[in-house]
Amino acid sequence: MSKKVSQEQYENTFSYRFGRWLDGVKDPFLDTVEMKPQEEFHEDEETVRQHGEDIRQHIQHAYDLEHNAEVKIFRKIYKIFSILFCVFLVAMLLEAVSELPTFGEAENPVNNEVAERYIEKGLQETGAVNIVTGMILDYRAFDTLGESHVLFIATCTVLILLRVDKKGGQENIEADDRHYEPKDDVILQTVARLLVPPIFIFGIYVILAGHLGPGGGFSGGAVIGAGLILYQNAFGFTKTERFFTAKTYRIMSFGALACYSIAKSYSFYTGANHIESVIPLGNPGAILSSGLILLLNICVGIVVAGTMYTFYAMFRRGGY
Amino acid sequence: MTIFTCTLLGFLVVCAIAASLSKNLLNTILIFMSYSLVMSIIWILLESPDLAITEAAVGAGVTTVLFVVTLKKIHAVIKSDEETKKTGEGNGENE
Repeated sequence: MSKKVSQEQYENTFSYRFGRWLDGVKDPFLDTVEMKPQEEFHEDEETVRQHGEDIRQHIQHAYDLEHNAEVKIFRKIYKIFSILFCVFLVAMLLEAVSELPTFGEAENPVNNEVAERYIEKGLQETGAVNIVTGMILDYRAFDTLGESHVLFIATCTVLILLRVDKKGGQENIEADDRHYEPKDDVILQTVARLLVPPIFIFGIYVILAGHLGPGGGFSGGAVIGAGLILYQNAFGFTKTERFFTAKTYRIMSFGALACYSIAKSYSFYTGANHIESVIPLGNPGAILSSGLILLLNICVGIVVAGTMYTFYAMFRRGGY
Repeated sequence: MTIFTCTLLGFLVVCAIAASLSKNLLNTILIFMSYSLVMSIIWILLESPDLAITEAAVGAGVTTVLFVVTLKKIHAVIKSDEETKKTGEGNGENE
């Protein structure tokens, strides 16, 4: 039974405000935090000229090698210290390398029990037929989580650097290269119509069968991203905007990364405390097997596919 | 099989040198793309098909597209077109 809540009460709830914040409708700082409008900075010509003169004199004084004894001493000390530092660094690295075990010996750490355990017990413990996937998404899932976040951060950086503000105007014509787009190229569109569905299906197959055969989240996601780029090239941004916008990407990558983190936190928690995990490993070889690996593969695939397409869209015109 | 692998590896070296020596940026990108393609075949021969899929999709596909888009942005493609036109005319006269 849900009780009816008035509009005013509803607007005070946390979920309403959170939703608005997530959609970017309202900036929580706007109208609540006192902000001072920035004034343009002016400087009269006399002081500018004076500053320039001062700087020139300072530079002349500093680079006057014949009369400035301090610079001479500094340069000598600098040279000596740089040589000393290099020698120290080389000695330290050589010392570290000399501590390494001899190449090719049977008792080296490379040949120790870790690799053997991966190969012998990997199938039992992870349930993945593909040992590589079992390794990167179960034993070393923390690394893969970091890699997914690196991709996400890379996208954020590209967004910051290449994003074009729509409010701009004249200067955006250069950045927005919509007018370069091929106008209804028949050959490209026919080929894309034939190729894009198989590419998508292959990508989805590679992601879903990551624990059974070669492939996995990253490869499948890259394939799907390449397919998206081909589709965009053939049909233009107006058609891709129907199903892939900035909001779609935000929700997709946030959902996938959160899902990954939660799933992996659960398995780390149970693993660290020696609690039996409730997720069944299933029958090795079946599509619904190997515990969390299938879910993690899907998450990584979504992040990678979105990232690939976002990179392309940002490079093309600084937006979706 | 070894002859095939050796040929591919030799092609890889040639591609790597040609990519760094080529004057035309668009040609460099195409050579780089073929390098990635050959590399993905070599991954299959080295029995790691998952890497081959990734290499083909990322190395030969997405990276090339990003490079070409960047060239377009800095108007390097148009310039090189004009250059090739000029050199093409020169060759025509020689023939």
